[in-house]
Formats: sequence, structure tokens, C-alpha cells
Amino acid sequence: MSKPRLATAWLDGCSGCHMSLLDMDERLIEIAQQVEVVCGPYVDIKEFPENVDIALVEGAVSSEEDLHRIKKIRERSKLLICMGDCALTANVPSMRNAWEPDEVLARAYIENATMQQQIPRTSVPRLLNRARPVHEIVRVDIFIPGCPPSADVLYFALTELLAGRVPDLSSRTRFGA
Amino acid sequence: MSPQPVPQVRVVTLKIDGRDVGATEDETILEVARQNGIFIPTLCYLDGLPSIGACRICLCEIKGANKLLPACVTRVQEGMEVTTDSERLTRYRKTIVEMLFAERNHVCAVCVSNGHCELQSMAQKLGITHVHMPYRYPKLTVDATHARFVQDDNRCVLCTRCVRVCDEVEGAHTWDIMGRGIDARVITDLNQAWGDSSSCTGCGKCVHVCPTGALTEKGRSTAEMVKKQQFLQYLMQMREAKQ
Repeated sequence: MSKPRLATAWLDGCSGCHMSLLDMDERLIEIAQQVEVVCGPYVDIKEFPENVDIALVEGAVSSEEDLHRIKKIRERSKLLICMGDCALTANVPSMRNAWEPDEVLARAYIENATMQQQIPRTSVPRLLNRARPVHEIVRVDIFIPGCPPSADVLYFALTELLAGRVPDLSSRTRFGA
Repeated sequence: MSPQPVPQVRVVTLKIDGRDVGATEDETILEVARQNGIFIPTLCYLDGLPSIGACRICLCEIKGANKLLPACVTRVQEGMEVTTDSERLTRYRKTIVEMLFAERNHVCAVCVSNGHCELQSMAQKLGITHVHMPYRYPKLTVDATHARFVQDDNRCVLCTRCVRVCDEVEGAHTWDIMGRGIDARVITDLNQAWGDSSSCTGCGKCVHVCPTGALTEKGRSTAEMVKKQQFLQYLMQMREAKQ
């Protein structure tokens, strides 16, 4: 039997969840021997591949690019796992949601900028009106709370999944952990 | 002067989760459950404050009653059969806590009360990993006008512990509720800045009974605000002993 195909994706998050994955240290080798890593910020591939077994998603859905990507990830993955509070609740990216995107951009790039005051409009994706949790856009199979979930929690979740079990994380992590 | 007549309080027996328990008729389901080591989750309830049944987390099933009743304000009765835990109750409790998260801006990761918050730990206890209803993202204010304390409406769950402790224990009644329904907010004095309040004694009781990061000490950073609530029971015991 071929190894399960594992992909990770980074939407609107700080990359802390991916850092937590790396924090598994030598256990990464153990995981790497059991899966084929087919996509992620550490893999030099631009397009999310087909036939993914496990997709780990970090970050909220905040831009048109995120929206496009999460739909593609859902289409192409058997199991979609939300990794961390941004994917689960929109978390810190959602702190802009009480204002319109134009107000937020003006605040960041004009009011608080001392040089080159201009709103970036080319080569960056347009912001959606609200940063949203992934499950509001597509069906999610497993939720891993935490900001970020610890390496131990991610290791536990992955090893349980690879053993064919649904990980019970309720006593191991929580929002903000 | 003749001695005051001792009020007769009847002893009753009832069943909680199938267990026979004894109680006096002036006790609530919650009190009797706790005395018997039966856990009922609560959020607005705090030992030492008058109960108001605001949050509805402690709702229980009572045999023969056609609705769920809050354990913190429902008195026991002879022969009562109470269920404190069921699939239906868990569903209701989860929904209530999810609605609290959706109603305001609770961003645990960057909250001063992260790791010491009763809303956060309740979500974990109930196994909540995401919120099923759309978030409202209201535009709410932070009042940092007080010299030592901060009020952050983003984190408030309207439990009214602050209102109750200020009125009933401190006796100042600085806090109150303004507005109705979704617009309800806790306010100081007549919706004046906390720092300008003429009634606030600065005692800090409200800060320490607050279950979330809505009332905190100034200068605390993320996860640094630890509430100390033991003072309340101690204070109430001392007062009773003096009477």
C-alpha cells in the first residue's frame, strides 16, 4: 500500500502552526517515514496537488486567494484538518472584521505609514470583507485548537490519524493554548 | 426581649442523576449537587453572590417539568428527580457558550486572561472546537480611564457578577446594565467613564470576580491576568460571623 499523501497549507496565519509542526523535532523523521509530503510552505510546489489524503490547514480565509485555495484544498483532499485558532475561529485576523477592508488598509498603509504612503493593489490578492473561519466556507473534518497547537498535540493528532483513529484532543488543547 | 423563633426548615429527599440525596428545602439544586460531588457547569454563578440564573449553563432536566430549569436558582423539592447531564443538556450548554463566543470579540490568543478565563475553560470542558453560528464582530470600546483597571466590552459575557459584587458586597453600585438584548452592556455610573466615576471606591472586587478578560488590572499583558476570587467567600463568612 502506498503511503498516505500529506499536504499542509498556510492561509491567513502567522506561520506559528507550521513552526509548531517543525517543533516536533526528531519525531518529524518518524512522521516523514509514514507519509508522502506532497505540498506545503516547505515544499517547492505552487499548485495544491490532487488526491491528498490528509490536508493540514493553518490560517483564516481572508483574501480572494485564500477563498480560491481552500475550495481547491477541499475538493482535492480526503481529510481536511484545521490546525490552530485562525483556521478554527479566524482568531487574530478577525480583529479587523469590525471595520471595512478599505478602512483597515488606509489605517495600515496611509495613516500609520511614514514613507511611501500607498495601498498595495497590484500583485497582492484582494481582501475579503471579513476574515472567516475555514468551516464557514467548506466542510472541515477535524479541528485542532491552539495558538499554536503545541508540537506534542500535532504529533498526537497525526499519529492517531495515521493509526486510523480520530484523535480526541479535548483534554490536550484549547482555544488560545 | 423574647428570643427570635428559629425558622423551621424542612428536610427533603430527592434524586440527582439517580442518586438519593438529602437537603433542606431552602437549598438550590446546584448547592445540593455540589455538596454531593455532582458537577453542574456554571458561568454567571459565583459562591458568595446572589444567584440570578443569567447564563443558563446550569440548566437541568426535572422530571415532570416541561422546560429546563437553571440549577442555581431552582430550589429543591420533596421527591424531585433531577438530571444534570444528558445529550440534550450538553447540546444546549454548547450552543449557549458558542453564542457567547459569536456575540462579542473573544480572541483568546491575545487576551490578558488567556489561560485563566472561565469562558475559555468552559469551551474546553464542553469540547467546543468551533462555533456553528456566524460571528457578529461588533465594534466595542475599551475603557482605560480608571487609574488601575481596564474594562473591555469585547470580552464581556454579561454575567453581571461585577454588578452584583459592587452592589451587594461593596455597597457602591457603580456598575449597572444599560440597553436591552444584544445591545446590553455593563456601564459605570450613568454610562460615564470609569475613571470619572464618583461612586467607585477602587476596591477591585469587580475585576476579580469577572470570569473573563472584560475587567482586568492595568498593565497586564497576554495571559498575565490571574483572578483571585477567594476573598469573596472569606468576606461573606466574616460578615455572617459578626451578625
